[in-house]
Amino acid sequence: MIPEIGQFALLIALSIAVIQALVPLAGASLGVQRWIALARPAALAQLLFVGLSYACLTWAFISHDFSVLYVAKNSNSALPLIYRISGVWGSHEGSLLLWALVLALWTGAVAVFTPNVPSAMRARVLAVLGLVSCGFLLFIIITSNPFERLFPAAAEGSDLNPLLQDIGLAIHPPMLYLGYVGFSVAFAFSIAALISGQVDSAWARWSRPWTNIAWLFLTLGIALGSWWAYYELGWGGWWFWDPVENASFMPWLVGIALMHSLAITEKRGTFKAWTALLAIFAFALSLLGTFLVRSGVLTSVHAFASDPGRGIFILGFLVLVVGGSLTLYAWRAPLLKSAAQTSLLSRDGALLLNNVFLTVATSAILLGTLYPIAIDAMGGKISVGPPYFNLMFVTLTAPLGVLMGIGMLIRWKSDSLGRLGSKLKIPALIVLVLALLLSLALPQWIWGAYLGIAMALWIAVTAGIAIYERFHNRALLSTLRSTPAGFYGMLLGHLGIGVFIIGVTLTSLYNQEKDLRMAPGDTYSVAGYEFTFHGVRDFNVDNYVATRGGFTVRSESGDFKVDLFPEKRTYPVQTMPMTEAAIDAGLARDLFIALGEPLDKEGAWAVRIYYKPFIRWIWLGAIIMAIGGLFGASDRRYRRLARSTSVDTEAAERAA
Amino acid sequence: MNRFVLPLAVFVLMVGLLGYGLRLDPKKVPSPLIDKPAPEFSLAMLDDPTRQLSTADMSGQVWVLNVWASWCVSCRAEHEVISLLANKNLVTVVGLNYKDEPADATRWLQQFGNPYATSVIDRDGRVGIDWGVYGVPETFVIGADGMIKYKHIGPVTHESLEQKIMPVLKELLS
Repeated sequence: MIPEIGQFALLIALSIAVIQALVPLAGASLGVQRWIALARPAALAQLLFVGLSYACLTWAFISHDFSVLYVAKNSNSALPLIYRISGVWGSHEGSLLLWALVLALWTGAVAVFTPNVPSAMRARVLAVLGLVSCGFLLFIIITSNPFERLFPAAAEGSDLNPLLQDIGLAIHPPMLYLGYVGFSVAFAFSIAALISGQVDSAWARWSRPWTNIAWLFLTLGIALGSWWAYYELGWGGWWFWDPVENASFMPWLVGIALMHSLAITEKRGTFKAWTALLAIFAFALSLLGTFLVRSGVLTSVHAFASDPGRGIFILGFLVLVVGGSLTLYAWRAPLLKSAAQTSLLSRDGALLLNNVFLTVATSAILLGTLYPIAIDAMGGKISVGPPYFNLMFVTLTAPLGVLMGIGMLIRWKSDSLGRLGSKLKIPALIVLVLALLLSLALPQWIWGAYLGIAMALWIAVTAGIAIYERFHNRALLSTLRSTPAGFYGMLLGHLGIGVFIIGVTLTSLYNQEKDLRMAPGDTYSVAGYEFTFHGVRDFNVDNYVATRGGFTVRSESGDFKVDLFPEKRTYPVQTMPMTEAAIDAGLARDLFIALGEPLDKEGAWAVRIYYKPFIRWIWLGAIIMAIGGLFGASDRRYRRLARSTSVDTEAAERAA
Repeated sequence: MNRFVLPLAVFVLMVGLLGYGLRLDPKKVPSPLIDKPAPEFSLAMLDDPTRQLSTADMSGQVWVLNVWASWCVSCRAEHEVISLLANKNLVTVVGLNYKDEPADATRWLQQFGNPYATSVIDRDGRVGIDWGVYGVPETFVIGADGMIKYKHIGPVTHESLEQKIMPVLKELLS
C-alpha cells in the first residue's frame, strides 16, 4: 500500500508542477494577480507531495519491503539502518527521486525566503523551477519508477553496492545534488529576468545568496567525494579526472565565475548579458552532468546504472531546457545595455579576466570530457587522461592565483598602475623571498613547489593587506560592525584556495608510494617511518567478512608510534572485495596503508604504503571555501536593501 | 549571425555529438589482440591439476576461451548463456579460471554446473595479463589458425551471444 501512495503522490506532484509552471507565468505576463499568487502555494504543495513520495520509498527501505523491485535490488535484511536510509539514493531510480526532492526543497525555499522580490518576478522564477520539475518528474514516472513492484516478492534483497556502504559516500550525493540543483535557482532568476527584461542590479542581488549557497554545497559535495575516493578506493589518489568528477567540477568552476560576475553586475550594472548567460551555463552543466552519469555515454567508475533509453529522455530534456534558454538569450540579450563604461584596469576588469580564465578552463575540461565521444564518432577509441587535464588546468588557472591577490586590492571602476604597483611591490618581494625560504626547507628543490607556495603566500598576504586597509585608522568595533559579511566571505573563499593550493602542490610533488611484498615480521622504511607487518586475521562484521592486517608504524627518531589496521572486506551477498585503507592522518602528512592480495602460503601480502604530505589541506581548503560561501550568502544587505533598491532601479529604468 | 546566437550554435553542435554518443557502446573496447595470434599458455587443468592444457593443443580448431572466477558476480549471470553455447556442441569452450582458489572454483562448478570442456588455472593472473584481461568475465573467440577473432568484455547475454558471437563462430566454422 505504502509504495502505491508514494507513486500516487508523485503523480499529484507532477500535476501541481504543471500548474506551477504555466499559470503564474501567464499571470505575470498578463498581469493577473490571482494567477501570480498561485505560484507560492503551488510550490509548497509540490514540496509536500514530492516529500511524501520520498518518505514512502524511505519507508519501504526501512521496513525491508522486498516486494518493491528497487528495494530488493539495493537493500538486504542485514543492512544497517543508516545504509537503508542512504540506500534510497544508492541507485538510479532513487537518486532521481532525491534530485526531484532537492529541487522541490529549493523551490519551497525560494517561495518562502524571497519576501523582498516583487511578486511577479517571484512567480516567474517559481514557474521556471516548476518547468524543470515537470521534466524530472516525468522522467521518473516514465522511465525510472522506483515504486515498481516485484511479484512474487523477493525473499531477500541483493544488498546495497558495498562501495556505497560508507558514511562519506552516504552523504556525498545529497550534498552534490543540493549544489547541482541549487544552480537551478540562479538559472530560474536569469530566465525570469530575460523574460521580463529586468536584468539589473536588483536581479543580481536576488541571485547572489542563492548562487553562493548552491556553490558551497557543491564544494562540500565534491570534497566529500574526493575524500571518499582517497580512503575507500585504496589508490591513495584524491582526484582522477573521471568524466563524472568533471561533470561536477565544471558547474563548480562556472559557479565561481557566476558569483564574481554577479558581483560586478550588482555593483556596477555592467556585464548583464554575460552574467545571465553564465547562470544558464551553470545549470546547463549540472544537467549535462546528470546526462553523463545517467546515460552511460562515457565509461566511468560511476556508471553503475546506465541505460541508453533514459539517455535519450535526458538528452531531449537538455535540448528543451538549455536550447530553449539559449534561444531566449539570443532573442533578449541584445536588448540589454550596460549602465557604465568599464576600464580594464579596475576591479571590474580583474573580475572579467577571472571570468575569462574560468570559462576557458571549463571549456578545456568539457573538451577533454567529450573528446572521446567525438573520436568515437569518427571511428577511433581513446580516453583522455589526467596528463591532459593537469597540464591544461594548471596552466589556465595559475594566472588566476596572481589575479586573485590583485583583485582583492584593486579599485572598482578605474585604478592606476602606479598606485597598484607601489602598493604591491613590497608584498610581492616578501612573498617571493618567504616562499624561497620555505621551499628550501623541503626535502628537495622543485620549481613547482616554489611556485605553489609563492602563490598561496601571495593570496594570504594580499588578503592580510585587504584586512589592514579596511581596519587601520578606524575604530575597531564600529568597523567590525560596518564590515559586510560578504567581505569575510571573500577573504575566506580566497584563503581556502590558498590552503588548497598548498595541499595539491605538496601532495603531488612530495608523495611517496611503495608497492611491497610483506611477510609477517617484515619491516620496511618509507619517508622516515618504519612500517612493521604482523600478519592478518579474519573477522565477521554485520554484513561482511573482514581480513584485517596489523601494522605498527614508528618514526625513525622513535618519538612516534601508531598501530594501523587496513582491511580487505568481502560482502557475501554481492561477493565483492573492498579495500579499506588504514590512514594515520595529520595536518602535515598522512600515512596510508592498503592491503593488496595474499601472495603465498607463508602469509605474505601485497601491501601498498603511501606517504602523503599535506593532503589534508586539500579538503581543509574546500571547507574554508564553503564557510566563505556561507558568509557571502549571509550578508545582511541581501535582506535589508532588496526592497528599496528594486523599486529605485525600476524607477530609474523607467526614467531612462 | 550576432554573437548572442553563438552559445546556442555551440550547444546544438554538442547535442549532435551527445546524441551520436548515445548510440555507441562505451564497453566496446577493441582489443589490440584481434587478428593477432592468441598468446600462448600451458596451464594445469582444474579437474586434474597433474595434466596441462596449452594453446598448442587447441590449434587447428575453432574454440572459445571464457575468463571466469568463483568470486565474480557477473560470471554467475552469464553462466546460463555460456552453458547454452557449450551445449550447442559447435566449438570447444575452455574456461580460464582467473585469480581464484581452485577449491572455490570446483565448488562453484559443482553448484551451478560445468559448461567447460575443461578449465585451466590462472591463479596469479599472469596469463590474464598476456591476454589483456582487465575485467572478469571476458570471452575470446579463437580461429583454427590460432588467431583471436573476437573479444567480448563483461557478461555474455542471450542477445550478445546471438548477435555478436554466433555470427563470428558461424563464419569461422563454415
